[in-house]
Amino acid sequence: MKEFALMMIGAALVNNVILARFLGLCSFMGVTTRVDTAAGMGLATTFVITVSSMADWAVQTYLLNAYGLGFLRTVTFILVIASAVQFTEMTIKKVSPSLFQMLGIYLPLITTNCAVLGVALLLVEGRMGFLASTMFAFASSVGYSLVMIIFAGLRERLVLANVPRLFAGPPIAFIVAGMLAMAFMGFSGIATS
Amino acid sequence: MLMSVGSLAVMGLTLGSVLGVASRYLAVEADPIEAELQAMLPGSQCGQCGYVGCAQAAAALAKGEAAVTLCPPGGKATAEALAARLGVKVDLSKVSDKGPEIAEVTEEICIGCCRCMKVCPTDAIVGAAKQIHNVIREACTGCSSCVEVCPTEALGMMPIAVTLQHWTWPKPASAHH
Repeated sequence: MKEFALMMIGAALVNNVILARFLGLCSFMGVTTRVDTAAGMGLATTFVITVSSMADWAVQTYLLNAYGLGFLRTVTFILVIASAVQFTEMTIKKVSPSLFQMLGIYLPLITTNCAVLGVALLLVEGRMGFLASTMFAFASSVGYSLVMIIFAGLRERLVLANVPRLFAGPPIAFIVAGMLAMAFMGFSGIATS
Repeated sequence: MLMSVGSLAVMGLTLGSVLGVASRYLAVEADPIEAELQAMLPGSQCGQCGYVGCAQAAAALAKGEAAVTLCPPGGKATAEALAARLGVKVDLSKVSDKGPEIAEVTEEICIGCCRCMKVCPTDAIVGAAKQIHNVIREACTGCSSCVEVCPTEALGMMPIAVTLQHWTWPKPASAHH
């Protein structure tokens, strides 16, 4: 149990998908202009990462490993991820049309969000069991959502700040992202995973 | 070889059918009229109707919340088309139809500030900083957003002048009016 807790903290905070592994930076800069959009994106990505990691684990264990088809890994994983994203898109369109409008192009782009494929490939590398890999994927995506929401909150305040003209907009956002990454380095002592 | 092709094909088929079933259950009933109405509007998203863009205006029209005469750049022709599609009667005498108009730059007083270029929804204005701007006639939809931002009033709406190139005989129906 303690191992699980440590692993989840490690995945969410210490080896954060965005700030430590630098995955999924497109949506990190793209949809973090407002907190509610960022939270919606985080929720959608959490769902996609968790579901596709579960499916990817099954594919890896019962298909790729069992029949020696390891070279098909990227293609099959992308296939699974794309289906999960498509499903999420349909659900969001049905449940919350306004969130669907706000996320816009970034919703189908979860397919190419390297955080999703990155987590799936990390799981293969780690050779974890089903429960452990699902937990790891969920914790990673929670870390992703957390950083998205924190960064959106920062950017909402940045809009009101008196930033020098040349730094206004994306430049100051990148600088703040770097500071946030440095702040997250402080977690590296918590858990050694 | 067969194994890899077969397994990918089976995976694709399975996931595809799952998505197919899901799309049945999660289908959103979109109003088909909405897309049709949107196609009738100019599509320059000028916002003169009070809605954010043409899509929102079309949605309001489909729900019956907006009058068919809402679109100033569309003029009489658009109002007539919308009324015919929605099956409502409309009093066209109140629609001010100045005929098709496009923006024109008075070159003597244009200071080349580039403000009009930035607001043009169809990229119909060309020019550079401190250079005289000009309007590409084929691209201008006559939404008049540029007229409001021009600091020197160099931009104005001009009726499209009839030239030898596009003059036609009046149609018999419109000759009656």
